[in-house]
Amino acid sequence: MTPGTQNQHPLQNTDNAQITLSVRDLHTWFELRRWGIIKVGHVRAVDGMTFDLEQGESVAFVGESGCGKSSLARTILGLHKPTQGDVIFEGTNLSQMLRSERIDYGGQVGFVQQDPYGALPSFMSVERILREPLIIHGVKNRREQNERINAALEEVRLTPVGEFRQKFPHMLSGGQQQRVVIARALILKPRLVIADEPVSMLDASVRIEILRLLQQIQKSRKLTLAFITHDLSTVRYFAERVFVIYAGKIIERAPLEDLISTPCHPYTQALLTALADPDPENAERYRELPGGEPPSLLAPPEACRFHPRCPHFMEGICDVEEPPDFSVGQKHFAACWLNQNDQQPRGHMS
Amino acid sequence: MPETTADTLLQIENLRLHYRSSRGIVHAVDDIDFRVDPGEAVTVLGESGCGKSSLAKTLLRVLPRNIEECSGRIWLGGQDVMPLDEEQYRRQVRWTRISMVMQAAMNALNPVVRVGEQVAEPLRVHQGWSAERASQRAAEVFRLVGIPQDFLRRYPFELSGGMRQRAVIAMALVADPELVVLDEPTSALDVLTQANIMNMLKRIKAELGTSFILITHDVSTSSEIADRVALMYAGQVVEFSDAKNFFRNPAHPYAQLLMKSVPRLHETVEPAHIPGQPPSLLDLPERCRFADRCPSRFDRCEANPELFHVPDNRKVRCWLYEP
Ligand SMILES: Nc1ncnc2c1ncn2[C@@H]1O[C@H](COP(=O)(O)OP(=O)(O)OP(=O)(O)O)[C@@H](O)[C@H]1O
Ligand SMILES: Nc1ncnc2c1ncn2[C@@H]1O[C@H](COP(=O)(O)OP(=O)(O)OP(=O)(O)O)[C@@H](O)[C@H]1O
Ligand code: SF4
Ligand SMILES: [Mg+2]
Ligand SMILES: [Mg+2]
Repeated sequence: MTPGTQNQHPLQNTDNAQITLSVRDLHTWFELRRWGIIKVGHVRAVDGMTFDLEQGESVAFVGESGCGKSSLARTILGLHKPTQGDVIFEGTNLSQMLRSERIDYGGQVGFVQQDPYGALPSFMSVERILREPLIIHGVKNRREQNERINAALEEVRLTPVGEFRQKFPHMLSGGQQQRVVIARALILKPRLVIADEPVSMLDASVRIEILRLLQQIQKSRKLTLAFITHDLSTVRYFAERVFVIYAGKIIERAPLEDLISTPCHPYTQALLTALADPDPENAERYRELPGGEPPSLLAPPEACRFHPRCPHFMEGICDVEEPPDFSVGQKHFAACWLNQNDQQPRGHMS
Repeated sequence: MPETTADTLLQIENLRLHYRSSRGIVHAVDDIDFRVDPGEAVTVLGESGCGKSSLAKTLLRVLPRNIEECSGRIWLGGQDVMPLDEEQYRRQVRWTRISMVMQAAMNALNPVVRVGEQVAEPLRVHQGWSAERASQRAAEVFRLVGIPQDFLRRYPFELSGGMRQRAVIAMALVADPELVVLDEPTSALDVLTQANIMNMLKRIKAELGTSFILITHDVSTSSEIADRVALMYAGQVVEFSDAKNFFRNPAHPYAQLLMKSVPRLHETVEPAHIPGQPPSLLDLPERCRFADRCPSRFDRCEANPELFHVPDNRKVRCWLYEP
């Protein structure tokens, strides 16, 4: 793995901020079998990720389809068992949690899952959908349940509350369904919320509304929010920090504005070139982009995973050794050999 | 043929497609007019469910059975192709003059037939070419869309998403049509692959002079190739303008709000959402279809406006532009 990992991981946060979530050298591999029996290999969906999320910060994980974003989310939530590495929530390692602690953990981490249309059971009313987690987590008093259901619906602005409680998912628009999903994720007052593509199924005009709602709730409750998306352009308005994922690995991490103004990994640079704001002049120019497509996670390229597509590929380096996370600025790291010269000694971060 | 200039390739007028459904009549395409000139790309932009795919299906006449009404005119190079019967339409128009890449077509490739054969098939079936000549042509269009030649002999599952999308585009280009309709050709693909495919389409447009109708719900994607933009809302075109005017200076209140709702990466303005929802196509109001959400609404808006001609070659379906 990353060479020279000592007690103090170089990416470990050394500020005094409270750490909500620590992820250490996390690997989630899926065994792939042909006809259900013959082992073909492993899909290395999460392949060595390390990061800390501070209490109250909002971060975004950005990467294209299949790069491992949902697998990361599901591993953090305890829905997949890590193949290697650790998930540590407020100091407690997930692998060491007792059964009862696990159930608690489920209440402290909210999940807004990808695909709102599949997320809500069609046979349950909104009220029942929201009551369920309360019952599971031991809120027995019916009046308290009702109060919390009303408060949750108000928080996501599904008002008049009385009317929305009775509705079934199919009576709601996509945006309203997504609000119910958010209300359900928040009803147990979690301290960490993971939102996996919360708006990708919605129309542009509704997206902003939902994103803003999430942002407001994050701020007012001082939540730690991990927002997962394939669309870097929606990130701008509320993520403080961005992690860029390519083929199962975090290849660049930076405060949002730095990532946009000075991307240091060629993949991030390509993403920013490819993402145009609407402009009639787009039609008059070609974009200079690397060709090819993301690699199979069954047999990803050696060393730097981007090297077969990279316009700056250096033979004998990029295809030989995996680039570590080079520090390129305040809280800004890029796993690309081009940044080697700017390298500060590892483990001494500001 | 009103206002059709000699060099208009496609002119559609009062195009309508209404479906029958258990809940009533769906006014998916409701009096649509616009035109496409040779070598020009028109993008049809609109939110989910506004009728974009239905419009494409009407143009290509690939219709389901539950049609309540399908009417209007489709002038193709001076000939109205609406009255043609299915046999005539198939022989004279589909594939050879207008072809289409359907939404999600890349997932509809036949899994057990090599992609090269699938691309050559329309030539053999619709034009009676020999297998050899057809496969030569398939190799040619593969080069055009940037697929390596050895992929001709592969099966769809051996191709990545981007390559499959290129293959279905190759299929649409194989009979060298004048106009290609692309329904959401990049929405299922990742950002870099999308941009590479848009590069490829721009190159084909420049080199072959093919006309395109590109259908998308994504404002940025629509700006990648548009010479003109037809913005749809609730089954109708509400603005038809040059790309420069449309993206820099949108006219219809919906177009203005839509432009403000787009998150921008390279600018710091905050996007604003559009409150409310479009009306149901099952139960359309008498008034302007955008009226409920429109900040400029006034008493005129109680009736649905027509598509008014506005200077600068624009058409806008909004009473603010009544001459
Ligand atoms: N339960 C599973 N079993 C086997 N393979 C899986 C499983 N879940 C995910 N994968 C594979 O792991 C890889 C990463 O998938 P994942 O869903 O994490 O990607 P993603 O980044 O969330 O993609 P998307 O943007 O499409 O949601 C993919 O190749 C996927 O097919
Ligand atoms: N065969 C059909 N029978 C009845 N209604 C239909 C049929 N096909 C589409 N519709 C309805 O017609 C309307 C327009 O559908 P259409 O597929 O044209 O929209 P669209 O703009 O292409 O949407 P999207 O962006 O989601 O692809 C929708 O309300 C849809 O439910
Ligand atoms: S016609 Fe009226 S309501 Fe409709 S868009 Fe124009 S101003 Fe708004
Ligand atoms: Mg996912
Ligand atoms: Mg469609």
